[in-house]
Amino acid sequence: MSKLHPIISTLLKRIGLGIISLFFVTLIIFSSVNLLPGDFVESVLGQTRTEESVKIFRKELGLDKPYHVRYVNWLTSAIQGDLGSTFSGRNATYANQPQQNTARSVSSLLKPRLFNTFFLAAMTAIIAIPLSLILGITAALFRNSIYDRTVNASALTTISMPEFFVAYILIIYLASINQFFPSLSNVTSSTPFFERIYLSVLPALTLTLVTVAHMMRMTRASIINLLSSPYIEMARLKGISKTQVIIKHALPNAWAPIANIIAFNLAYLIVGVVVVEVVFVYPGIGQLMVDSVIKRDIPVVQGCALVFAVTYILLNLIADVISIITNPRLLYPK
Amino acid sequence: MKSSKDNKKDLLLDIKNISIEGFSDEIWHPIIKGVNLQLYRGEVLGLIGESGAGKSTLGLAAMGFVRTGCRFTGGSIIFNGKDLTKLSEKKKQQLWGTKLSYVAQSAAAAFNPAHRLINQTIESSLSHKLDTKETLQKDAVQLYKEMQLPNPDQIGERYPHQVSGGQLQRTMTAMAMSSKPDLIIFDEPTTALDVTTQVNVLATIRSIVKEHQTAAIYITHDLAVVAQMADRIQVLRYGDTVEVAKTSQMLKSPKEEYTKSLWAVRSIKKKEQKSKEIILRIENVSASYESGPKVLQDININVPTGRTVAIVGESGSGKSTTARAITGLLPPTQGKVIFQERILPKKLSDRSKEDLRSIQMIYQSPDTSMNPRHTVREIIGRPLSFYHGINKEKNTNKVLELLHMIELDESFVDRLPEELSGGQKQRICIARALAAEPDLIICDEVTSALDQIVQEGILKLLLRLQHELKISYIFITHDIATVKAIADEVVVMHQGLVVEQGSKKDIFNPPHPEYTKLLLSSVPEMDPNWLNKVLEK
Repeated sequence: MSKLHPIISTLLKRIGLGIISLFFVTLIIFSSVNLLPGDFVESVLGQTRTEESVKIFRKELGLDKPYHVRYVNWLTSAIQGDLGSTFSGRNATYANQPQQNTARSVSSLLKPRLFNTFFLAAMTAIIAIPLSLILGITAALFRNSIYDRTVNASALTTISMPEFFVAYILIIYLASINQFFPSLSNVTSSTPFFERIYLSVLPALTLTLVTVAHMMRMTRASIINLLSSPYIEMARLKGISKTQVIIKHALPNAWAPIANIIAFNLAYLIVGVVVVEVVFVYPGIGQLMVDSVIKRDIPVVQGCALVFAVTYILLNLIADVISIITNPRLLYPK
Repeated sequence: MKSSKDNKKDLLLDIKNISIEGFSDEIWHPIIKGVNLQLYRGEVLGLIGESGAGKSTLGLAAMGFVRTGCRFTGGSIIFNGKDLTKLSEKKKQQLWGTKLSYVAQSAAAAFNPAHRLINQTIESSLSHKLDTKETLQKDAVQLYKEMQLPNPDQIGERYPHQVSGGQLQRTMTAMAMSSKPDLIIFDEPTTALDVTTQVNVLATIRSIVKEHQTAAIYITHDLAVVAQMADRIQVLRYGDTVEVAKTSQMLKSPKEEYTKSLWAVRSIKKKEQKSKEIILRIENVSASYESGPKVLQDININVPTGRTVAIVGESGSGKSTTARAITGLLPPTQGKVIFQERILPKKLSDRSKEDLRSIQMIYQSPDTSMNPRHTVREIIGRPLSFYHGINKEKNTNKVLELLHMIELDESFVDRLPEELSGGQKQRICIARALAAEPDLIICDEVTSALDQIVQEGILKLLLRLQHELKISYIFITHDIATVKAIADEVVVMHQGLVVEQGSKKDIFNPPHPEYTKLLLSSVPEMDPNWLNKVLEK
């Protein structure tokens, strides 16, 4: 192998590490889901169950095989994009007649939900990221001014309130008293694009309020942290205006921490929004997972968890990549 | 030039009775106490003093700038007829980077790591719209040439981390010259450089300042350096002027005691002594960090019992690595370390407590080598109980005894490191090493971070302790004056090799190997013509 540019080898290393962590996550997902209390078969068959029917149903679902075999089966098909079939499409009657199987594949169940979640996350991100960067940079620029204090105080206020509370306040003011937006965001796959946006405004706004504070404060902190560096003093002594000093000299060196905190919040927008989804009855993936846990529908729970893990690792990988490629020491080696 | 100095018209900068306060520990306290300073066009003024004297603060004040947490409290700074203390931030920004430029101490820290050198060089001129980008870039390349940078046409395309420290410092001077300013403040521009690099940087700075008739304030703690650069010298102490005089006059007949004491270290001259016994033998030792290149290549060093071996060399020469190889912190890949006729295990973890006790280390920065939450009693008491198992009560007596040995009284026993001065901290570190009752102490640049007078005290203390306790020292330093003061034998290192070793007399008298010659000739001397002589050679 010829000598790789150090940035490529660093990137390859990161991607490799990402794959390894994903593998460990699948182990954790599988074993913890199987530790969940209760048994799908017994709860579905209920009072009518016989030893015989339980056995057949188990076999049908593949639950009769040992853990490690089930794990390997699940993992190999998951790598090929097949997350298996749901349990809950079946019932006791079908259990006795295996040919008439109406169980849906997990992927087909996940897809529309995942699309909805991504849509909401993207909508929030489009509002929240530029907003928090602008607020963070200006707050750093006018450090300790009334503006800075106001922005900080309001950010703290929104971050201190539980998100469902923020959601209800928005509903009261923007859906109930003033009927600007609907309080229910029950989108379907056939909802037209602009109506979809209209329906999603309130949940997106809630999530924006919850995440902006975090990102804005981090942006402000990482810029202020750099403002004491000698090269910032040098730039000021070169007669560069304060705004230019922050934009040209501080910001390029602050991307790494900012990218990390943005990735963290984006991941949260996908994996942590179940409460907001419930409040607005938004059909996202969080709700699906909670429902499936209640129904003990193991393949769906595993599928959701896997999607969450992939998203989380991927976003953090992107943040890593950004901090690597914004570092001139790695980009332009000696 | 010099005849016009009396002409009022040529007065470029007139600082009158300036006072500056700094805010710390919840109160404002004075940093600069009513200092006057005059600078004429084309003149270089040397500003000299020890750390905390207020040199940098005064230098920045000459630009009308105070650091965050500082404020002007009186006086005026008249630059070209304008009082900088009364100008708005906007007005000052128009002067900074055009008429007034600054060269910082550490070029590595003062360049933005994210931008190419050329863009940083012309940034201020460009943002003040002094000329077009193309012309400015051409001028910058011309300046790079004048600063004798290699590949002046291409070097600007590089990032700060891609060039060496000396080159970076020269690039920064080019950056300061880019707008053809009336005044440049040089704030210790060569302090972070090796002596052999320093010579070239000094020479290029001096010639470019002369060439462009730029006035300069040259801040340094090194009198020998300032003697080469300045027309006049102003000595500062505790934020006040001690003495101002022409350079030649200041060097020949300084008026104030304090000024004389500034070259105190150069007055210690230990008479070298020989010893037949050898306490430590380093035989064919090689070492490297992880799989990197060899940092030490097959080195041999002998340390005589009860004597001082000074290891001298520039940064990266392998001096500190040698210390790490001896102590086992970095196990050698090859060779033997023989201590008191016994081969020491290579790895630190394989050595016995007795091995550890008999070799102690003292580090360059006492700030980072002491636990800030431990009192002096705990710091010195720890090796006492660890090596000698001394119980608490006896411990205190022993601590007091050690304090006495390092010339501090018992009031220090319950102080924390932050309540001590730099010199006192280093004394505590010495006491901590002594507490183990070692046979050999490795001193790694122990005086480098200290002021001249404090250095003198520490060196005298170390000499006295050696005389009383018959300890052997390995003294690692880059400072030739320190070597002259303390060594019996000298080892010159360069790029991981031992270039030369022998008695102090042999090393400092010709003939020299090529590198020793270069090293010795690069050490600035008090003679104002020293730099000229070096350049002639």
